Amino acid sequence: MSGYRLPAGGRVDRNKPVSFTFDGKSYQGLAGDTLASALLANGISLFGRSFKYHRPRGVLAAGSEEPNALVSVLRGPGRFTPNLRATNVEIHDGLTATSQNRWPSLKTDFGAINDRLGMFFPAGFYNKTFMWPRSFWDRLYEPAIRKMAGLGDAPTEVDPDTYAATYAHCDLLIVGAGPAGLDAALEASGTGKRVILIDEQDEVGGGALADPALWAWLERSVKALNAAANVTILSRTTAFGYYHNNFIGAVQRLTDHLPENSQAPREKLWRIRAGEVLLAQGAIERPLVFDGNDTPGVMLSSAARIFANRYGVAVGKSLALMAVHDSGWHDVFALKKAGVGIAAIIDARDDIDEALQAEAAALGIAVHLSHSVIGVKGRHQVAAIEMCANGSDVRRTISCDALLMAGGWTPSVHLWSHSKGSLKWRDDLGAYVPDQPNENCRSIGACSGDWDFGKGAVFDVLPTPKDQARIKAFVDFQNDVTANDINLAVREGFRSIEHIKRYTTNGMATDQGKTSNLNGLQIASTALAKAVPDIGLTTFRPPYTPQTFGALAGHAKGALFQATRTTNIDGWAEENGAIFELVAQWRRARYFPKFGEDMHAAVNRECRAVRGSVGIFDASTLGKIEVVGPDAAEFLNRMYTNPWKALEPGRCRYGLLLKEDGFITDDGVSARLAPDRFHLTTTTGGAARVLNMMEDYLQTEWPDLNVWLTSTTEQYAVVALQGPNARKLLEPLVEGIDLSAEEFPHMAIREGHICGIPTRLFRVSFTGELGFEINVPTAYGRALWERLMADGAEYGITPYGTETMHVLRAEKGFIIVGQDTDGTVTPYDAGLDWAVGKKKPDFVGRRSLARPDIVAAGRRQLVGLLTEDSKMVLEEGAQIVADTNQPVPMTMIGHVTSSYWSETLGRSIAMALVANGHAMKGETIYVPMPEGTHKAVISSMVFYDQEGARLHV
Amino acid sequence: MILIHCPYCDEKRPEIEFAYAGQAHIARPVDPDSYSDEEWERFLFIRANPRGRHHERWRHSHGCGRFFNAVRDTVTDKFETTYKAGEPRK
Amino acid sequence: MTRFSALSLFAKALGAHQDWPEQWPDAAPKASYDAIIVGGGGHGLGAAYYLAKKYGITNVAVLEKGWIGGGNTGRNTTIIRSNYLYDESAHLYDHAVKLWDGLSQELNYNTMYSKRGVMMLAHNVHDIQSFKRHIHANRLNGVDNEWLTPEEAKAYCPPLNIAADARYPVLGAALQRRGGTARHDTVAWGYARAAAALGVDIIQNCTVTGIRRGADGAIEGVETTRGYIASKRVGVSAAGNTSVVMQMAGLDFPLESYPLQALVSEPIKPTFPCVVMSNTVHAYMSQSDKGELVIGAGTDQYVSYSQRGALHIVEHTLAAICEIFPIYRRVRMLRTWGGIVDVTPDRSPILGKTPVKGLYVNCGWGTGGFKATPGAGDLLAYTMAKDEPHRINAPFNLDRFRNGRLIDEAAAAAVAH
Repeated sequence: MSGYRLPAGGRVDRNKPVSFTFDGKSYQGLAGDTLASALLANGISLFGRSFKYHRPRGVLAAGSEEPNALVSVLRGPGRFTPNLRATNVEIHDGLTATSQNRWPSLKTDFGAINDRLGMFFPAGFYNKTFMWPRSFWDRLYEPAIRKMAGLGDAPTEVDPDTYAATYAHCDLLIVGAGPAGLDAALEASGTGKRVILIDEQDEVGGGALADPALWAWLERSVKALNAAANVTILSRTTAFGYYHNNFIGAVQRLTDHLPENSQAPREKLWRIRAGEVLLAQGAIERPLVFDGNDTPGVMLSSAARIFANRYGVAVGKSLALMAVHDSGWHDVFALKKAGVGIAAIIDARDDIDEALQAEAAALGIAVHLSHSVIGVKGRHQVAAIEMCANGSDVRRTISCDALLMAGGWTPSVHLWSHSKGSLKWRDDLGAYVPDQPNENCRSIGACSGDWDFGKGAVFDVLPTPKDQARIKAFVDFQNDVTANDINLAVREGFRSIEHIKRYTTNGMATDQGKTSNLNGLQIASTALAKAVPDIGLTTFRPPYTPQTFGALAGHAKGALFQATRTTNIDGWAEENGAIFELVAQWRRARYFPKFGEDMHAAVNRECRAVRGSVGIFDASTLGKIEVVGPDAAEFLNRMYTNPWKALEPGRCRYGLLLKEDGFITDDGVSARLAPDRFHLTTTTGGAARVLNMMEDYLQTEWPDLNVWLTSTTEQYAVVALQGPNARKLLEPLVEGIDLSAEEFPHMAIREGHICGIPTRLFRVSFTGELGFEINVPTAYGRALWERLMADGAEYGITPYGTETMHVLRAEKGFIIVGQDTDGTVTPYDAGLDWAVGKKKPDFVGRRSLARPDIVAAGRRQLVGLLTEDSKMVLEEGAQIVADTNQPVPMTMIGHVTSSYWSETLGRSIAMALVANGHAMKGETIYVPMPEGTHKAVISSMVFYDQEGARLHV
Repeated sequence: MILIHCPYCDEKRPEIEFAYAGQAHIARPVDPDSYSDEEWERFLFIRANPRGRHHERWRHSHGCGRFFNAVRDTVTDKFETTYKAGEPRK
Repeated sequence: MTRFSALSLFAKALGAHQDWPEQWPDAAPKASYDAIIVGGGGHGLGAAYYLAKKYGITNVAVLEKGWIGGGNTGRNTTIIRSNYLYDESAHLYDHAVKLWDGLSQELNYNTMYSKRGVMMLAHNVHDIQSFKRHIHANRLNGVDNEWLTPEEAKAYCPPLNIAADARYPVLGAALQRRGGTARHDTVAWGYARAAAALGVDIIQNCTVTGIRRGADGAIEGVETTRGYIASKRVGVSAAGNTSVVMQMAGLDFPLESYPLQALVSEPIKPTFPCVVMSNTVHAYMSQSDKGELVIGAGTDQYVSYSQRGALHIVEHTLAAICEIFPIYRRVRMLRTWGGIVDVTPDRSPILGKTPVKGLYVNCGWGTGGFKATPGAGDLLAYTMAKDEPHRINAPFNLDRFRNGRLIDEAAAAAVAH
């Protein structure tokens, strides 16, 4: 044990030594230590380097407000975490921690040159310089700034840990398990309320953990709460955000304190909905602002007491106190009693309670009232302090190795403010406290401003005879913001506290201003000669302390990030070597390569098979909606552009759906099964959107229509059988349906059985060949598919994917909504005039088609394109111009929407949206590409079997 | 995540069960052809977007599936009331 | 105006920085101005600057209800790019990008425009088709944008996960090398300082409460919390609050205001060299000069002025970021915040005249207004000075919602089939 571990006391386990390393050097601590307490016990005072000036820094605090002592922890490959507060890192055997933001070492840091030149880097310096010469910004200045900035290193490997997430509901959520929170929990434990008590520390107790007189009470309380069935205690859990309607986000840390890595989740996100919230988060002690207040060894008074009483560690051999608040006196008395040497109490106030003075005298502590510390000696650790009677220039030096600051208290109103509860300023505390709640929420204990720490005075900067403009008195330690920076901001015209914050970066470090905001406000208040409440307060935003991305992502990782929808036939496709593509949330087989084939070879083969014999395609992803009711036909008539009322049962129709703005949003072939029943299909990606849109009209515009809509997308597997041999293959398997051309023409539907399975059999074609789409209950999809594959072997049946489907439909000029249309295309633009019911008085989107720009000339219209070089396949998305000789920017008249090699035609084909394209058949257009300009002629979109002879067989 | 009272289910449920559906009480005209371009523009695109009391539609999309109306303060995000489609504006 | 330079910084340092002047005076409103800009964000301050600088109209006031740059200017993720599809949009945003280049020197204020490149990820065949369409249109419009293979994308941004078995695999990317980021606050401050030096009054804590129109309907001035201010030319550049201001002039607008969240991580050493956007998984990210990973989240689904978003939006965003960049799962989120974005039916801005004489508007920038800051300011100034739109902003008029000539970039990206 080094000389800084007190001989007795603390909650650490003196029988359990723990070995760990810091910057490669081995140390021993005790079970129950944090990295901060263990290093302090080893006499380490230098923990890190500040962000901007690379100044040496020690520990300021003992909890999550710590701005200085940031470390990185490595727990093996992929388990590197930067920017952890040493005051929150629980040590365990094998803990490997390193300091940050220094090179080559913590003691010798070249970056500290910034400190020497600090006078040239005041707040906002980067706004004023690095502008000349202009080209140096990208190449020199900015990379240099970036290299200097940042704190810890970035992780470089994938994190192997997992993260969990859960929802919880309770009647009462208590945030903070200090005395106030514990009392509230004890009281509620006797009721029937479901209670959750959350605390960020490894052990509940809060401030009581540093007060041995309360330990017996604490033990009894925890025992009682553990025994209460209605109380859940979550320690190592930070409530980080307070959202609408008492919804609180919290993260529980599960494994970082354990010596071994495990399969268990590292952290768990709790999303808690509470009936009532009690905030008992306590208060944070405020540092004092004076020259040299960032020297390692200068720390919060309460922190020194916590280190001594909770961890049994003296933060120095001889401590001085600089106080403006009574609480520091109590801390020093406790420290003295614990055996820590006290050099002096210095208090900037002159009127101190007699009892305090008497106790100091009784303990033999020298007291200097109306004095202030004006400087600190020592670079890596306090060696002495310089003090001065307020208003005089009589300086005196006191030797000490640590200086405690008791600057008063700031209630933790973070969560209260997240909830949009209002705050009021209390002059006596020099702090904001909760005022009116916005949710069912109360603030109790120190975070409401209710405490027994005694009284204090509020100072902005401690009095000093030094030139105020040249001292380094820090307000935000991590970001290196000094009182002078805040004064400079005010001098330069930044008056709102938000401006001052942004200009100086005060409160923007990883502690988010927990120790700096109020001091910053006080200094700005003085500089502006305005009361604090008149200059505003920066907004508190979640999270209360930084939370890992992984915890917030929770289970949503990899396959669970978003579900992938697969069809019943997907497994067969995977087993048979399909290459897949993602379409909306579905994965679909794109093509089925045989050995050695690339996509084009496979697609060519698949196309030949469909045109020559028979192909089989999994169309299960098509959206399906069952429309039922006496007004079903009337409803569809109002939704779709084309007429539906006269469609006979047993027949199908292509439906085109517009949004009310007149642009195409979806299409699909739908069938009338009975006078009051339709089977609609939608695009794969459009199913949910179309159903929602139809429900909207049905429920809110036409509630008088008697119609029911039901999504049946997942109820049916759909196998498309396409090609001249499709009927021959199907006929022997089907019962109850006459497949002859006369009885079952193109665009018809029949119900019957296939292989004994009930089916809705569509005779439809998206390929231009004789085709069927066989709808069977989803669970039978693969069985049907396999039977067709087996029976189809004699016809050389060939499975094909979406790519072949695209080629085949393009050969026929069938559009794909979302590819050939893009949300700016009307039915007329798409050449679908025939699908618009001219005699219908109304349908969704109809009125918009009469708007001036929609009827104007020059709209982009869908046409076919044939390249001059028939082997040349244009790139989809390529732009079209009329005049290839114009300079950039060129006038573009359209773009290629679909483009393929057509194996059937032995040439390339394309579809394009071209301005006035419908009137330009036969005209030549140009496609300028980086490698050269391609020439093409505008053609019909139907490239194959224009008269449709192959369909009607 | 706000809590929303579905007037059909008569329960307060979390927002992720619902889909917002825009300003309420914008009825589709019975005879759109009678609308001028200006009137049609107003129907399609012009929205109140107030700071404060807002009449809006929600759909309990992962619940009963019904569209309903609500009055919510857009500054506090607090609901004043929710009511069934077809009921008069509140 | 004290010129900013390394030399002046050095000289002032010797005096312990005691004699830096105010960057802009805190002006009190005068009785009247030749022009008033409502809204002291980057756009409004830019408009005031260009009115004074390019059009000689220096008797100008910028009225800001809070503190300048406190709205979306100070809340966005600072992405700058111009690789938009339609000619109108490409010209509009590229006009801005050209002004970004050199803005630090023009304003004598370092806006830290960093041409780090903006890379947009394609995750499916449809994305590829859409991005190629953008790339080819951009090329013929003289806007840089190039296609990268997954391997090239990874070389440009090493943290990118290009594993083929990812839930949303990276199939390629569109890269605009001139795209990048800038420091948001400095844009507002730089414009304010430069405008003030030309005579513009920057008036903070001044909320417009009414708009006064004459018998002929034309603008006469604005009522404010600091009294009536007369002006025959008023430009409204109030982002999420535009609808509220326009109501004062009796105008209903095709706008809705949504909460949009963003967040930053703790600062870490340089790890992320560019801007990456993925529209398919809804995430975008860059790293600031300070070292924070700057991440844009999505909008909440409902209209709101609360500047307060929901947790599940942040959860989804970080899940998406961890999918694309799994090495950052242990990095920690430092701060989240919300802004109010004003969205038009076609997701393109409205920038031009209004039906009220003397009233001009610049709004509807949705989630992407920061990148347009100098361009929007310049074009609003032009429109106010000439009482007619510049050819670049002429298409972004109000009439398009009546006649159907929408500029719908979002629809052009379309949906998967």
